[in-house]
Amino acid sequence: MTRRRRRLYFIVSSLTMLGVATALALNAFRENLVFFHSPSEIAEKGIPAERRFRLGGIVEENSVAQGNDGVTISFRVTDTAASVPVRHRGLLPDLFREGQGVVADGSLDKDGTFIATEILAKHDETYMPPEVAAALKKAGRWQGE
Amino acid sequence: MANWHRLANPTLFLEWSRRVRPWTGVATAALLATGVYLSLFVAPRDYQQGDAVRIMFVHVPSAWMALFAYAVMAVASAAGLIWKSPLAHLTAKAAAPIGASFTLLALATGALWGQPMWGTWWVWDARLTSVLILFFLYLGYIALWQAIDDHARAAKSAAILALVGVVNIPIIKFSVDWWNTLHQPASVLRMDGPSIHSSLLTPLLVMGAAFAGYFVVVLSIRLEREVLARQVRTLRRVQSRG
Amino acid sequence: MESVSEFLEMGGYAPFVWPAFAIAAAVLTLLLAWSLRDLRRERNLLDSLPGRRSETRPAEAGDDP
Repeated sequence: MTRRRRRLYFIVSSLTMLGVATALALNAFRENLVFFHSPSEIAEKGIPAERRFRLGGIVEENSVAQGNDGVTISFRVTDTAASVPVRHRGLLPDLFREGQGVVADGSLDKDGTFIATEILAKHDETYMPPEVAAALKKAGRWQGE
Repeated sequence: MANWHRLANPTLFLEWSRRVRPWTGVATAALLATGVYLSLFVAPRDYQQGDAVRIMFVHVPSAWMALFAYAVMAVASAAGLIWKSPLAHLTAKAAAPIGASFTLLALATGALWGQPMWGTWWVWDARLTSVLILFFLYLGYIALWQAIDDHARAAKSAAILALVGVVNIPIIKFSVDWWNTLHQPASVLRMDGPSIHSSLLTPLLVMGAAFAGYFVVVLSIRLEREVLARQVRTLRRVQSRG
Repeated sequence: MESVSEFLEMGGYAPFVWPAFAIAAAVLTLLLAWSLRDLRRERNLLDSLPGRRSETRPAEAGDDP
């Protein structure tokens, strides 16, 4: 490769790189800044049925129920102010459990139930060994849900 | 350029760097061995994440160093532009591949952590996207140095790119607080103190120190190389003039 | 101390924990080796040039950045 060709190649590749970075940034700023909507926002905004969006919140305690077919699962997602019923067929991440954060991708049906096509678990920023968690709960100093 | 600060003098820098490097290298190796041992054998399982939490011990220090290397690059670029210091420009140039490597590591280990915990390798949330942009900024910066033959012009253009990219740094840091992201908020650098139990925090901090030591060692190796390359260029120019 | 196989299983997360540590080791080792190789090449090149300046001599005005 000649020096000129090499220089051209690098200028093109760096411009492409910058272009990709800018495109990603603009894309992120347009719609992905808000990765999910909370149940309260959904109640306020009145999102129409069939429109795809992400719902995020906490899996309500004692709300998870297995369907009769064994693969459908239903639960409620809450932000303590409002909650939305969710139905999902398929795999669940390891951290999916009651009282933990969750982000579901899907849309509302006509009855206001969120039909999820994908479930992601959102964990919090607290890390500790199980014994410490148990001790905190026992002592009544548990801060979590 | 006779008024350079002593350490900004490339020759004095070479002497200093060669003297300090072995000690930093030994300290880094010791920290790394201790850190890996603590991460894999001593640290307890997390109450929610089990053994998967151990990925944190490589993921989080990588992400810290990805940001730190960029800060070094940006400060050196600014110093290079303001004081027209060749050594400052070369410091920025030497830091870029290290920063790019740490960013790549943060992204790769993050994917390996996200798949079992979140249920996905990747999402386009504000945190992950802004770190991907950081990776492209590093690549663009490196490509810019390669693209321009004239050394002084390359240094100037690359420095301007590095400084423009600084806006991305606070976006990365605060993305998890400003917007709804799948990525969780900060655990260590937070106003009300770390939310990590000390048995998990200690290995994390030791690994962080080891990665910081690695950065210093590799930066000094790469910077010495850049200084020698500059001497080669100067020699060749003198010779071509006759 | 648990058994070796139990340790290697990482509570079922072996396919994620071990690759994460392996990738980190690989990337850091390669970057270090690459940087050392470049430094050695540059030293050899400088030594091979006729009229090489002494390294103890301070840099002079007009050196390129």
